[in-house]
Amino acid sequence: MLSVQHVTKVYDGTVRALEDVTFDVSKGQFLAVIGLSGSGKSTLLRCINRLIDPTAGRIVFDGVDVTAANEAELRRIRRRIGMVFQHFNLVHRSSVLTNVLSGRLGYVNPALSIINRFPAEDVHKARLQLERVGLADKASNRADELSGGQQQRVGIARALMQDPDMILADEPVASLDPVLAHSIMQYLEQINHEDGVTVLCSLHFLDLVHRYANRAIALNQGRLVFDGPPDEIDDQRFKEIYGKEAERVG
Amino acid sequence: MNKASPLKSLRLGLFVLAALVIYAYGFQVTDVNLDEIQSETRQTRLARIIRALFRPDLFEYEHEEFQVNTPISVPCPAGGVLPTPRPTAGEPYLVLTPPCADPRAEVTVEGFNFEPNTVGPLNFIPPSGVSLTMANVETDSDGHFAISARLPNRPSEEVQTIRAITRRNVGAPMWSQNARDTWSKIIETVFLALLATTLATILAVPISFFAARNLMRDVTTSLASTALAILAWPAGILIGASVAGWVGQASRMLTASLAIHVGAIIVGPLLIWGAARWAVPPEERRVPTIWLRLARQAALLVAVVISVLALFLVAQLASDLGAALRDRLGALGFLGEFFADLGDIVSLLIVPIAALAAGAVVGSLASRLGQMLNEHASGGLWYTLHFGLGILGGTVLGLLIGGAIGWLYEISDPVFTRALPAALGGLGGLALAVRTHAGRPVAIGLTIYYLTRTILNALRSIEALIVALVMVVWVGLGPFAGALALALHSIAAGSKLYSEQVESIMPGPLEAIKATGATRLQTIIYAVIPQIIPPYISFTMYRWDINVRMSTIIGFVGGGGIGFLLQQNMNLLDYRGASAQILAIAIVVATMDYISSRLRERAI
Ligand SMILES: Nc1ncnc2c1ncn2[C@@H]1O[C@H](COP(=O)(O)OP(=O)(O)OP(=O)(O)O)[C@@H](O)[C@H]1O
Ligand SMILES: [Mg+2]
Repeated sequence: MLSVQHVTKVYDGTVRALEDVTFDVSKGQFLAVIGLSGSGKSTLLRCINRLIDPTAGRIVFDGVDVTAANEAELRRIRRRIGMVFQHFNLVHRSSVLTNVLSGRLGYVNPALSIINRFPAEDVHKARLQLERVGLADKASNRADELSGGQQQRVGIARALMQDPDMILADEPVASLDPVLAHSIMQYLEQINHEDGVTVLCSLHFLDLVHRYANRAIALNQGRLVFDGPPDEIDDQRFKEIYGKEAERVG
Repeated sequence: MNKASPLKSLRLGLFVLAALVIYAYGFQVTDVNLDEIQSETRQTRLARIIRALFRPDLFEYEHEEFQVNTPISVPCPAGGVLPTPRPTAGEPYLVLTPPCADPRAEVTVEGFNFEPNTVGPLNFIPPSGVSLTMANVETDSDGHFAISARLPNRPSEEVQTIRAITRRNVGAPMWSQNARDTWSKIIETVFLALLATTLATILAVPISFFAARNLMRDVTTSLASTALAILAWPAGILIGASVAGWVGQASRMLTASLAIHVGAIIVGPLLIWGAARWAVPPEERRVPTIWLRLARQAALLVAVVISVLALFLVAQLASDLGAALRDRLGALGFLGEFFADLGDIVSLLIVPIAALAAGAVVGSLASRLGQMLNEHASGGLWYTLHFGLGILGGTVLGLLIGGAIGWLYEISDPVFTRALPAALGGLGGLALAVRTHAGRPVAIGLTIYYLTRTILNALRSIEALIVALVMVVWVGLGPFAGALALALHSIAAGSKLYSEQVESIMPGPLEAIKATGATRLQTIIYAVIPQIIPPYISFTMYRWDINVRMSTIIGFVGGGGIGFLLQQNMNLLDYRGASAQILAIAIVVATMDYISSRLRERAI
């Protein structure tokens, strides 16, 4: 499904955010990406759909070389990869429905979408997705009128509109309270189980990793330091991933 | 701790000394002159102006005139003066002391029983009947006045007359001529500013995207694609201009008969709609074949040509209808005039806009071709294309710039307008090709960004008043010149403000929309525009506000609006007249300020 090969990212010629990262993800996996703040989790996820261009290495998604894709090819790859963000990244002043519909932008004809015309079946589908995340009655509200948890559900609905084969979630629950965190994680789990969508999710809390992921990779200063099932993360591993200081604080 | 050291004190002392010198020099160059301010004549003049400014010339009244005559002999006759007839009780009368006098002698004239609190001239009427003003009189609350005035040098045998004329205001106050002029000019001012702001906003919004770093930063292409675009743009412009010109001529055949004209306007859009429906499918999951794509492009091309034709026809119809309405609508004739003007403007603009659009389309097609060549060519072919196109593109760019320089400085020597720029451009292209030979992209976005910024900054630094001077030369005196000047300045200033708004939007939504596979244009429409609407509205209102203020003074250089009237009154020393204009400006500016701040609140 996804193959990340020797990916390195150097920001501004000095900051080495990723260092020779290699791993494969097979279809239907729920993969957690863990690591300290600044270890390169966001950078890794953004390299996969090339919101950030990797400095070196190759990324292959479903047999297509993402790193070598031109603009048109890249758009066709991106529309199959949904993305969910820590800060939700909704367009605040647009309606919830428009936010969800914008998940279709990679499919609809650009000429029509610039005048805000979406095919009727897309609108229907957007309403179904909103229903699925329990926000059918909020369709015409402005996105910034929603609470954080609701906004993240809209973010998930937007990603689902893409009919994704894979979802990249960058700390989707880091700005939510624990109860909401579980409800959002359950949506991702449901999408993973029912729709067979591969999920790559960076997480801060190990209990969430244990609970939802069937595999974890860990980054430390841009290097891959762990790759395996979450329950293999014992004290020894924990120290390797989070460093010695983590023990003292935790 | 922060201890006071001698070095620090010394630095502070030097600083104060430097400030002193700077201010002293400032006083000298600004000619601060306190003696002049305090001189008596200056002060009375200032007082006069201030008083006049507080009495704006706004109202006038119907007058009722009273004339009272009294005979006078100049000089005194040999046989003594005739006795003055006794006044009838209650009627106004004049008393002269002395009753006769030599020419140029002082006499005292007293008036009784006049209307209280009125003013008017005191005239001397010689036998010729041409009255000479001796003085102005002002009656007190009892209807009395006394004034001493010098007789004119008009000796005569006959008895002559002194006449006091007083005027009284009757009826309700009416707007004075000055007030009416002020009204029509302030309206002109507001609309001049509105037109300038509208025009400027329409142009500044798209320009501001090119001047926003966060949008342009990521736009990169290969050298081949850039070079092909440079080659294609001028070609596209030429094609667009000639096709649009040709369509314009063709449209004239259809406008001969009204029935065909109207019929064409109805059929045209249907054809366009049909073609667009077929060529722009709502959603596609797989990449269509190249032939289907080509056929669609062809259909779109036909639709565009028909659109241009339809635009010409509509413009012509608006122009004809407007002209017909202008003569029939009476007081609303300006609406007809407006339609006619709109039609004329559209038919004037079609060709340049079509030329630019064609340039853009052909340019972007060529750029895509370049991108394709860049991806699919390899080895020697790639190098040939890369270097060949790089040099060719540089040469053409050099030739274009050379042509512009030749026109600007009226150089006809082909060495300077052709050979040299072409050679330099070619070398530049070669240098770029060497720099990017390892497949590094050309940062075309940042180049456009810096270019736009530079032009905007240069334009912005030229005050609207100065632009107005140029525009007056181009389009003649009047509000149109002013509107153009304000528009040009507002485009530059507005684009900068707008682009700063674009630069400060939240990057999150932008990233999210990009991640859905949206194109650049879709990203702008779905992630950028919703975020910038409130500041754009508020800046546009603010700009209108500024333009109203600017247009009050743009009249000083002949740019129409109220400034012209103000300047005229100032030059005639009619400060009461000028005061009315200043008042009008103050009211309009305050109102605009209020409205714009209210609207800005609403928009956020
Ligand atoms: N745009 C950028 N320019 C320069 N350096 C950057 C940029 N983005 C991230 N970095 C640096 O790259 C490193 C990895 O950052 P990244 O955001 O990927 O970490 P992260 O694991 O997602 O952290 P967090 O858990 O705090 O989100 C950090 O050292 C960061 O400072
Ligand atoms: Mg992060």
